[in-house]
Amino acid sequence: MSELTANHDEHSHHPTGIKRWLTTTNHKDIGTMYLVFSLIMFFIGGAMAMIIRLELFQPGLQFVDPQFYNSMVTMHALIMIFGVVMPAWTGFANWLVPMMIGAPDMALPRLNNWSFWILPFAFSLLLITLFLPGGAPAGGWTMYPPLVLQTGAAFPFLIFAVHFLGASSIGGAINVLATVFNMRAPGMTLLKLPLFVWTWIITGFLLVASLPVLAGAVTMLLTDKFFGTSFFSAAGGGDPVMFQHIFWFFGHPEVYILILPAFGVVSAIIPTFCRKPLFGYNSMVYAVAAIAFLSFIVWAHHMFTVGMPLAGELFFMYTTVLIAVPTGVKVFNWVATMWKSAMTFETPMLFAIGFVILFTIGGFSGLMLGVTPVDFQYHDTYFVVAHFHYVLVTGAVYSLMAATYFWLPKWTGYMYDEALGKWHFWLSTISVNVLFFPQHFLGLAGMPRRIPDYSVQFAEFNVISSVGGFVYGLSQLLFVYIIVKCVRGGQKATDRVWEGAQGLEWTLASPPPYHSFNTPPDPSTIDGGVR
Amino acid sequence: MSYLRILVLGGLIFLPVAAMAEGNVNSNTWGLNLTRGVTPFSKEVYDLHMIVLWICVVIGVVVFGAMFYAMFAYRKSKGAQAEGWHENHTVEAVWTIIPLLILIGIAIPATHTLIKMEDVSNAEMTIKVTGYQWMWQYDYVDSGISFYSKLADDSNFARQRGSGIDPNSVENYLLDVDTRLVVPTNTKIRFLTTAADVIHAWWVPALGWKRDAIPGFINESWAIIEEPGVYRGQCAELCGKDHGFMPIVVEAISPDDYKSWVAQKKQGDETPVVSKGSSGELPYIASRSDQVELPKE
Amino acid sequence: MSESTDYYVPEPSYWPIIATIALFIIFLGAALTFNVGSGGAPILVLGFVMLGVVFFGWFGEVIRESENGVYSDQVDVSFRMGMSWFIFSEVMFFAAFFGALYYARMYSVPWLGGEGSGAATNEFLWPEFTTAWPLFEPPSTYAFDSFKETIGAWGIPFWNTAILLTSGGTVTWAHWGLIKGNRLQLISGLALTVALGVIFVGLQADEYAHAYNDLGLTLNSGIYGATFFLLTGFHGFHVTMGTIMLAVILARSIKGHFTPKNHFAFEAVAWYWHFVDVVWIGLFIFVYWL
Ligand code: HEA
Ligand code: HEA
Ligand code: CUA
Ligand SMILES: [Cu+2]
Repeated sequence: MSELTANHDEHSHHPTGIKRWLTTTNHKDIGTMYLVFSLIMFFIGGAMAMIIRLELFQPGLQFVDPQFYNSMVTMHALIMIFGVVMPAWTGFANWLVPMMIGAPDMALPRLNNWSFWILPFAFSLLLITLFLPGGAPAGGWTMYPPLVLQTGAAFPFLIFAVHFLGASSIGGAINVLATVFNMRAPGMTLLKLPLFVWTWIITGFLLVASLPVLAGAVTMLLTDKFFGTSFFSAAGGGDPVMFQHIFWFFGHPEVYILILPAFGVVSAIIPTFCRKPLFGYNSMVYAVAAIAFLSFIVWAHHMFTVGMPLAGELFFMYTTVLIAVPTGVKVFNWVATMWKSAMTFETPMLFAIGFVILFTIGGFSGLMLGVTPVDFQYHDTYFVVAHFHYVLVTGAVYSLMAATYFWLPKWTGYMYDEALGKWHFWLSTISVNVLFFPQHFLGLAGMPRRIPDYSVQFAEFNVISSVGGFVYGLSQLLFVYIIVKCVRGGQKATDRVWEGAQGLEWTLASPPPYHSFNTPPDPSTIDGGVR
Repeated sequence: MSYLRILVLGGLIFLPVAAMAEGNVNSNTWGLNLTRGVTPFSKEVYDLHMIVLWICVVIGVVVFGAMFYAMFAYRKSKGAQAEGWHENHTVEAVWTIIPLLILIGIAIPATHTLIKMEDVSNAEMTIKVTGYQWMWQYDYVDSGISFYSKLADDSNFARQRGSGIDPNSVENYLLDVDTRLVVPTNTKIRFLTTAADVIHAWWVPALGWKRDAIPGFINESWAIIEEPGVYRGQCAELCGKDHGFMPIVVEAISPDDYKSWVAQKKQGDETPVVSKGSSGELPYIASRSDQVELPKE
Repeated sequence: MSESTDYYVPEPSYWPIIATIALFIIFLGAALTFNVGSGGAPILVLGFVMLGVVFFGWFGEVIRESENGVYSDQVDVSFRMGMSWFIFSEVMFFAAFFGALYYARMYSVPWLGGEGSGAATNEFLWPEFTTAWPLFEPPSTYAFDSFKETIGAWGIPFWNTAILLTSGGTVTWAHWGLIKGNRLQLISGLALTVALGVIFVGLQADEYAHAYNDLGLTLNSGIYGATFFLLTGFHGFHVTMGTIMLAVILARSIKGHFTPKNHFAFEAVAWYWHFVDVVWIGLFIFVYWL
């Protein structure tokens, strides 16, 4: 570590080969690693989803045993949430936040490297369990006791993997927060920040506030199992439901952690392809803050059937449906942005529009779930599965794809293949609806979730859903092909890339220099991002 | 041309809906929508469900309609010019307040229904339901009858991996038990749910609710079944490998029949009045001619 | 060298990945230990040794860089923000356990005793059980142990409160010394703080021994024992960490590190110490006293 003296030229040289990736402190390198990791995990989690859909293709048990099926459901969810969407957002934040606020890099680059490298190790810990006696965790991603305490050798691996993942996310969040609050270029005031940055500030706050609670919850599971405590056992004066309260105090903010940056991305893309400023910037910021606040007082809508006192059920119903108001403000603002604009429909715009429509459909079913007496019927059925895949797949994942197409030319310096991109969008959009829309009916008709086999009257919808799933899965191979093709070359991208693009990142070259802004940008170039 | 595309686009999104609605005509059981059920508030719950659903559909039509209009009217390729405005406090206030009012409109009936559902007072009889991995135990608290109820053998044989039995050949595949829960109609029954090992959830859609069965705690709920019949449900909380295989069958009979059933049960007479015996033999399909299908929509 | 016009980005470093591997080995070792009882122990030891090396290596590097004046004022602010958010996350970690305590006292224990909506629960499942706090008799004395007596608030815990509050004062006093450039005040203040921390941990360990040996109050003592030991245990662990960190700062002060203007590490540790202090107040009130 004698490079201390070489401080002046540290910006120009860095290690190459594997060493570069292991030791890097550069926000773009780390961002790339996050995104590639996330893509790989998407295929692992997706392969598990394919196993699920294969087993559910027809009634009867054809391919896997019930225990293994439950493992697949559990691992699928943990991987998709902690291994795909969360790392992808941190990856985007890494790439974009410094460029958007006019900084050279993240505030805490070594912590940044650390936060990333935890991920592959944490998932090794989790994936090892597939080969342990007793198999991988099979108690659902929600890990409810006492069931989860029946997990075999995988149990401590599950707990430690969650701890590890939590540490990674908290590290990543702290980094983004410190970056935004400390590294903004002169003139970049808070109310000029692009909405992606704003949504990330609030996401970061949610992460730091909620993940430690999850860590606490799983720690109690660990001590209940191995140290004789009785947090979740009535025999000792505890309560299994107590876990659910603590878990969902984390779990509900978590779902907004997954979706808030998506709101930011869409708020960047729609104005760009509308060639019109984002409608209602300030109310967008307030809406995100309101959603984040509410997200901490609605958690028990996941547990309406546990037998809470009436007052509790009413309170959580009211707060839950209230979230529709700020979310509605966002949807309406996007529509208003499109009003009297001049639109074009490149792939990022298509995915963004797909997001607005399909996410809203998911939001509607969320609202229905929030109505307590009816949730007694919906709860733990495929209606819930349909709800959260609409907000997660056509919500979070769609916006991730939109964001990838939107910024890929900036990152690589080449345009992606627009025709293939459109194919990817249309194939995905048709198949994803075939995949998840019928699940609403399945749920209403009474099909419980987390079952490997079902009664024959559910057969038709499940066939359709599975076929949609296979097509959707295969369509994602196209996504990878487009990315690889774009990274390898193609038509050169301009610096601004899109005609209507606003924001500091577009003032840099495509691809941008290794350190984004070595000296602060000219304040006059700061137009407030999407404004 | 643009209208054609609207149609195509709209069609793509609603295609699955249409297809499903069609496909459902043949399936003679629960079908495509929530059941109306057979208890006083199961119908209220159904109505609430439909109200909220239609509100969402209407809002959806308005919002998506505006979006699609914009997408066709304001395209650059058609020479549209973007305007510069990006704020209007009046409309923003309007679309904050209107949803708020709609929500209040939903919350009021929902609150009424919920209060009713939580009122277990004045029950005429009490049944304690205990979940086990993987079966149910029913204790008739007033008459002292107690028995276990688990997946019927024909389903159980067929559901084994590689059994070679086609699930379609098994009547009520996975929704049949060896011993049914027999209850009287038009009687306020208090259900006490609990569990012996892990959390389960007792759910018969026709009753209009589900309740978690939590080890060490008892949850109370109630039902008045207004129509005699056989009502089927399933465990609705992940409870381990056979979570999918612990169904529930409730048989509601007239209070008079119920009385004689109780009398018989208490004498230790295992010959069921209407329930099947818990024997292991397979072909008892004939004995199920007494089944009443759920009312159809 | 700390030009604040140019942003500072640290050198690439191997420490993060080594730290990750160390933690991975620890988790692996611990998981194996839980599963098979032994076997994992050597792996665990290896992991902890590695982690120790990381602490020395990584922090050593940061200290060297800091002493060489590599860090700009902006970096200093980043560190401060990072530390503040980290402490906030720690607060939320404790919140989970305080939440558990609250839930047990306000809901689960009363319900089991038949209060509120728990009438049927008590009648059918736990007819023998009555609500009480401290819960000397858990609902099932077969599955969990009953105990005779709790650790009263006004004995050692009270003195421990006094000790921690005093140590909060001494660390602030040391800080003033640092700002004034009074090295004697700095070093003696820190030494006192470390000493108080050590005494606190010692007394706490003694209390645990007392609870286990004389009172029968253990981790197995129903929800009272569970919340008591996890809350105080995690706090004690944090005090231990804080004391070690203070000791490092003391050593660095003796070596002549820190200037009246530039002493982020000192402040970070002091914040941490105050956080540990505040958590204790919460513990004293809700675990021992009320
Ligand atoms: C990205 C993730 C995400 C998002 C954004 C949401 C958003 C919402 N969710 Fe969802 N939810 C999940 C992920 C998410 N959810 C997951 C993963 C689960 C299952 C977990 C598990 O059990 O495994 C779940 C489960 C879940 C349940 C529990 C169901 C059950 O198990 O019984 C409930 C109940 O209230 C709920 C409600 C809501 C509501 C009210 C919203 C709202 O935020 C939606 C608000 C949006 C709109 C309403 C649409 C736009 C608004 C307008 C156009 C304005 C006008 C509208 C009206 C006035 C109606 N969700
Ligand atoms: C961000 C989160 C996320 C994402 C993206 C997804 C994506 C998908 N999910 Fe899942 N899912 C959850 C989060 C998510 N899910 C959660 C939280 C649960 C609840 C778990 C629980 O109950 O505990 C759940 C549960 C769940 C169930 C319910 C299981 C049950 O209750 O029994 C099902 C069933 O259909 C399902 C399906 C799918 C499918 C088909 C996809 C698809 O979108 C996946 C598409 C991707 C691919 C397919 C990968 C890419 C392609 C290849 C690998 C190439 C090979 C392709 C073929 C061979 C065709 N998911
Ligand atoms: Cu019992 Cu699921
Ligand atoms: Cu939620």
